[in-house]
Amino acid sequence: MSSPLLRVEHLTMRFGGLVAINDLSFSAERGQITALIGPNGAGKTTVFNCITGFYKPTEGRIALQFGDAAAWGELEALTQQGGRSRERHGGSLFLLERMPDFEVVRKARVARTFQNIRLFPGMTVLENLLVAQHVPLMRASGWTVLGLFGFPIYAKAERAAIDKARQWLDRIGLTDRADDPAGDLPYGAQRELEIARAMCTDPVLLCLDEPAAGLNPSESAELARFLRTIRNEHATSILLIEHDMSVVMEISDHVVVLDHGVKIADGSPEAVRNDPKVIAAYLGVEDDEVATVEAEVGL
Amino acid sequence: MASEATQEATQDASRPDFARALRAAGFSGGIAFLLFLPLIAFLAAQNMRNELVLETRWPLFAVFVASAFFGRLIWELSPRERLKQQFAETLQSPIRLGTAAATLTIAMGALRIVARAGFGIESDVALALSYLFGTGAVVTAIGAAVAWVKSRYPATTESGRRRQSQIGVALRMVALGFLLAYPLVMFWFLGTQGSIKWIDNFGIQILIYVMLGWGLNIVVGLAGLLDLGYVAFYAVGAYSFALLAKNGLPFIAFASEYPFLTVDFYQLGPWAFWVLLPIAGVLASFWGILLGFPVLRLRGDYLAIVTLAFGEIIRLVLINWVDLTNGYAGISGVPRPTFFGIPFIEGEGGFAAYFGIPFNSIHRTIFLYYVILMLALLTAAMTIRLRRLPIGRAWEALREDEIACRALGINTVTTKLTAFAIGAMFGGFAGSFFAARQGFISPESFTFMESAVIVAIVVLGGMGSQIGVAIAAILMIGGTELMRELDVLKHIFGRDFDPTQYRMLLFGLGMVLIMIWKPRGLISTRSPSVFLKERKAVSGAHVREGHG
Repeated sequence: MSSPLLRVEHLTMRFGGLVAINDLSFSAERGQITALIGPNGAGKTTVFNCITGFYKPTEGRIALQFGDAAAWGELEALTQQGGRSRERHGGSLFLLERMPDFEVVRKARVARTFQNIRLFPGMTVLENLLVAQHVPLMRASGWTVLGLFGFPIYAKAERAAIDKARQWLDRIGLTDRADDPAGDLPYGAQRELEIARAMCTDPVLLCLDEPAAGLNPSESAELARFLRTIRNEHATSILLIEHDMSVVMEISDHVVVLDHGVKIADGSPEAVRNDPKVIAAYLGVEDDEVATVEAEVGL
Repeated sequence: MASEATQEATQDASRPDFARALRAAGFSGGIAFLLFLPLIAFLAAQNMRNELVLETRWPLFAVFVASAFFGRLIWELSPRERLKQQFAETLQSPIRLGTAAATLTIAMGALRIVARAGFGIESDVALALSYLFGTGAVVTAIGAAVAWVKSRYPATTESGRRRQSQIGVALRMVALGFLLAYPLVMFWFLGTQGSIKWIDNFGIQILIYVMLGWGLNIVVGLAGLLDLGYVAFYAVGAYSFALLAKNGLPFIAFASEYPFLTVDFYQLGPWAFWVLLPIAGVLASFWGILLGFPVLRLRGDYLAIVTLAFGEIIRLVLINWVDLTNGYAGISGVPRPTFFGIPFIEGEGGFAAYFGIPFNSIHRTIFLYYVILMLALLTAAMTIRLRRLPIGRAWEALREDEIACRALGINTVTTKLTAFAIGAMFGGFAGSFFAARQGFISPESFTFMESAVIVAIVVLGGMGSQIGVAIAAILMIGGTELMRELDVLKHIFGRDFDPTQYRMLLFGLGMVLIMIWKPRGLISTRSPSVFLKERKAVSGAHVREGHG
């Protein structure tokens, strides 16, 4: 049995009468970039919101595992017992749909960015990266008590946090602007900063909601390079929503296609690119005309 | 119309357009006419036989309309662009500002001499003007010093920046020294009768509001949670202190025969005040959490309404729970604070006898001044510390973007609750100090007006800025107290005129003016909590004001 990082099973999300996601199942492999694509309104961001705990799904299971893969064996038992997470044999297993949003980040180590950039514009670039390290810093400050009395343990932890932030700033080339407000940065830099900020939480899974939106082609290419470095150099897998097909096709290892809340294709970028259903969904063709389209694209 | 006029002015600043100015003035005068005709010109009054009669006040009405007309006319005709430019140049020039400060000081001195020599209205006018010129002299002198430092040590060079920060530290030391020496200097120069007003009404009163402003600043300025019921925590602190001090502290004594035993205030010994103060603070912070829970999901206007209601609920409970709080009559005879156990009384065992100095009632006032100064400095120091800790950064991040906070693993529930709790705790400290200082408290002291004043101080000062809040408190509370001093207004508006009655009007006016000129408060920039190379102030344009 393969050992994916994230397994989404029979996920359904209804808002009143509207079915945003209908019985969606897919998995994201460890150390890979998985892309989630689909036309506008297909339910991609809703999937993200379910994974990161912002929404409670109506039905379905979202399981994430890191460490020893044997922990997957506990999945059914954990589900039956109504628990949220389990640690066994050095592996951790989480049922994300049962966890509140901040715990998904803290414990299951899933970080995310937003379609419309959500930085803290009035705080400096460095402060943005330090807020991302809130959880370990909070612990080091003895939940504020030790920090308030100036214990050196906190000063040390803060220096380490600044060092880490600095490494990320060096990578995205924003070290010189560390003391400027984040709201002052150009758009592309804000996108990269948001990704760096998410990476400062030490995630095993990084969920990026349209990271290339609004970037010009050269910025998109740079972003693609940056994402590949993250995948290759860190133990972080990436789940990606993207409309820019050049980015998707270039960096993804695996593509899941969604349309009207239903999965219509799942596979390698090449396979998906040539899938007639995908083409139909993107071009908006009736099902019976798919054959014509297929013929046109040379299948 | 106004924008057209401004455009015109920029096109040809040297030659004002008289016809246009006249039209604009006529427009303003017309509006004033329509507005003040029912408000000013007619007065429903009672005559000798208790009948309601309509009186007219045409001269006063004419004054209002004429001042609107001519005021607008002068405004339109004045070379505004050039004046603005000159003003900006003056602000840069230490020499011009210094000259202005010197002139104002001399004018103030001359007016003081006139005030002392003359009598009646001339003397009062001179005194009022001397206060005005004195304030002007202080402001321009500070401006001159700032301009001099900026031109001498420009911030563009490394050494200039270092020198500027050194001067900043030195200034803080000087300010602290001034605050410490203030009551003693006042007492030295003005004697008991003359100085009590300056230490009590100005010193202590302003410091209470500075402290309340700083406490609320944590909730409103840092965490971005608009709390319009802050006075509730002030009240909880005051009543906790008063009730515990009067009735004793319930203690659970495990070893004793009686499981519940109350320790009297005086049995607590020298530290009674210092034991009850933190208890009152903790109780207030419990109420902060209690308020925090139901409003966790509320944002902006809704949050403001609920907190406002919370403040009123606390006040109504204090009025109606007569058994506990004695209702409207309030609680009198709250034990007065002692000097670590030594009471401020005349004769044997008193403070004066203990230190071998002649008894003087001002000793207690001076002691109280130092207590509230210490409490206010504690608030400031804690806030500065907290801002550099993860919790403080989480508060500010919460103000900036709550959703992003959640995506970074910050528990927004506990973060909001700690902001409410710590803000409320400082309100509770201030409240218990208030109870100890007054010796008497009643629900009258905790009306919505107090909340409004504290919020106004925070907003005027610049949300999040400690120094801005302090300046705003000095201006608003000190300004109100100063108005009592101005007898000249009595000459204009009649014997019965009490200027403090109009303080809310002036607050409102101040708010409107600040919102026009400095919409983000006196100090609108934000100082980052941490920096890599240099600490650069963040422009207020980027800082969010919080919406939840």
